[in-house]
Amino acid sequence: MSAPPADQTSRAPGAAFILKKALISAFVALVLFSLMIGVRTEAGPQGQLIYWTRFDDLAAMVAAVFVGSILMELLRQWWGPVDTVRVVPASVQSALSLVGRLVAPVLLVFTFLVPVLFYNERYILDLAILVLTYVMLGWGLNVVVGLAGLLDLGYVAFYAVGAYSYALLATNFGLSFWICLPLAGILAALWGVLLGFPVLRLRGDYLAIVTLAFGEIIRLVIINWQSLTGGPNGVTGIPRPTLFGIPLSPADDGLAALLGIEFSPTHRIVFLFYLILALALLTNWVTIRLRRLPIGRAWEALREDEVACRALGINTTTTKLTAFATGAMFGGFAGAFFATRQGFISPESFTFHESALVLAIVVLGGMGSQLGVALAALAMIGGFELFRGLDQYRMLVFGMAMVLLMIWRPRGLIGHRAPTVFLKRSQAISSDLVKEGHG
Amino acid sequence: MDYFAQQLINGLVLGSIYGLIAIGYTMVYGIVGMINFAHGDIFMIGGFIALITFLILVSFGLTAIPLILLVVLLVSMAITALYGWTVERIAYRPLRHSFRLAPMLSAIGMSFVLTNYSQVAQGARVKPVPPIITGGYTLHEGAEGFVVQLSNVQIIVVITTIVLLALFTWLVSNTRLGRDMRACEQDQTMASLLGVDVDRTISMTFVIGAALAAVAGMMYLLYYGLVDFFMGFVAGIKAFTAAVLGGIGSLPGAMLGGLLIGLIETLWSAYFSVEYKDVAAFSILIVVLIFLPTGLLGRPEVEKV
Repeated sequence: MSAPPADQTSRAPGAAFILKKALISAFVALVLFSLMIGVRTEAGPQGQLIYWTRFDDLAAMVAAVFVGSILMELLRQWWGPVDTVRVVPASVQSALSLVGRLVAPVLLVFTFLVPVLFYNERYILDLAILVLTYVMLGWGLNVVVGLAGLLDLGYVAFYAVGAYSYALLATNFGLSFWICLPLAGILAALWGVLLGFPVLRLRGDYLAIVTLAFGEIIRLVIINWQSLTGGPNGVTGIPRPTLFGIPLSPADDGLAALLGIEFSPTHRIVFLFYLILALALLTNWVTIRLRRLPIGRAWEALREDEVACRALGINTTTTKLTAFATGAMFGGFAGAFFATRQGFISPESFTFHESALVLAIVVLGGMGSQLGVALAALAMIGGFELFRGLDQYRMLVFGMAMVLLMIWRPRGLIGHRAPTVFLKRSQAISSDLVKEGHG
Repeated sequence: MDYFAQQLINGLVLGSIYGLIAIGYTMVYGIVGMINFAHGDIFMIGGFIALITFLILVSFGLTAIPLILLVVLLVSMAITALYGWTVERIAYRPLRHSFRLAPMLSAIGMSFVLTNYSQVAQGARVKPVPPIITGGYTLHEGAEGFVVQLSNVQIIVVITTIVLLALFTWLVSNTRLGRDMRACEQDQTMASLLGVDVDRTISMTFVIGAALAAVAGMMYLLYYGLVDFFMGFVAGIKAFTAAVLGGIGSLPGAMLGGLLIGLIETLWSAYFSVEYKDVAAFSILIVVLIFLPTGLLGRPEVEKV
């Protein structure tokens, strides 16, 4: 069947169409930016507001939109319609699947080697620790959002609970990191259950707003309960972690002295790196194992269809609560690690922005794909670091990148939901088996 | 008693502003089924545009306050509505039939963009304006010298809200556009089969929501006398809480929720502690949702398999 001629013309619009579209875009941009960019306000010396005009900036912006619109349209024509199926040769396909299977092990080996390769580059090590922290948070939230399908906008609350648990227990009672780590996890899980109870009956976006409210409540309480948490000033002097009791310090009983090597502050960074790597891999391992247990299967079933889940006799209450508790526990671990790494925490670190970032990592990673979450964390945090030079435009570029990524890959980088249980081969069922009463 | 009456007035005024923003959330949710996280920032943009227009008009030597207010209102509504339209066009329309979380994430990204855009374009510092409307009425003078006051600003805020709400209810219930909106809300596919331009209707929803948010932004500017680039986040969350509290998707619910959140916040700061007013508002939201999982006026969702 040949396409009708009208379709042909609409598919390849002429220069007039592109120009018209660009003019409309430029006009819209002119109205949008006229006051916000064309006029700049600022409080004057007497506190009175003054303003001045910036028509050159305005003209530049409008021109940029005009040119950008033309380029976009040309690019779209060059790329062709979005929904065409591009045939990939079988050889390329098999090579791609091989690469796909190799990505995870190669990445893991590379991660293990990072401190060896970049031993002298403090910046890269710090960045790697940061990325791994978000990988861990992403994997933790993945249990709640990716596996159980419960939209959680307040995940940072558990991160905060973990961080403050460790900080307060360590500074007030002098407990060591290795005792506090499980305690922080347990406390965070407890809060997860506490949050889980009121939201059991809620679904979808009601759930989202309650979790968001919960995250804000925790943050506001931390800010205002000054006698316990130090309020906006935060907690300072959080002890550094020890290697099971051996401090990583230049002291006589420090690790360097025991091993008889020269002390270097990099030792601690490397130790922190392997610590967060171990924690993240623990999260990953537990998640993978749980997915094969009945509870993990129940999570995935819950994500796909809650009503069907209940009809099959799955207890949705315990399923939801365990999902919240498990996710929260990993958030708590990550929080304790964050506190010991920073040595200082304040409510500033636990804003909605963090929740949104972690959620973006999970969604961009493909909701349930462990490798996808890791890659997304690397892309988001690494990208955010790359934009550091942009200074005040950083969040602007970051937000735009988020929008564009969502439009480009709405289902995430690795957007498949491979069921963990499936029949190895399809079977032909004879009709006498599916009669009434036999199923 | 006088103190209570005064707080009641303050709470109702604040609640009106929240209600105006909440309507935008609830309408968009009703039709597209997504949380428009950028809506709070649209409100902030509305406040900024009102401020800039006001400054320009004053520097041109206009002195007639009612005229200034009218022009500021119209300009702010028009430009902010265009912002709403653009945001929908860029960030949400490509994701119309996509998977549920994608538009929400895109909205969060858009919210970052708008916040930062205002910060870059207008600077990070708070922009104060001198009181534009002064004066008011003393309603009652108490025995201990406590005076219950109703300022002119408060009257303007409440009257504007009521007028807009009436206009808007009429629009939804009596016009072609309103019918299209309700049709899209029920079933988009069926509506498009029956000749409703779904894309246009959804765009109009965003435009109207943004225009109402602009009004809220201007009222905020009049009432508090300042705007800053970060005010959209907190106001947005409160307004969304209001929409959920009232039952998301329900217009009277959004207004009721807004008033309730405003009252809770004001009364809590008046009688208990200012620091915990947001905690109180959010806690009450959680408590209400435990007992009424679809909000106060929301329709219970019928599950079909």
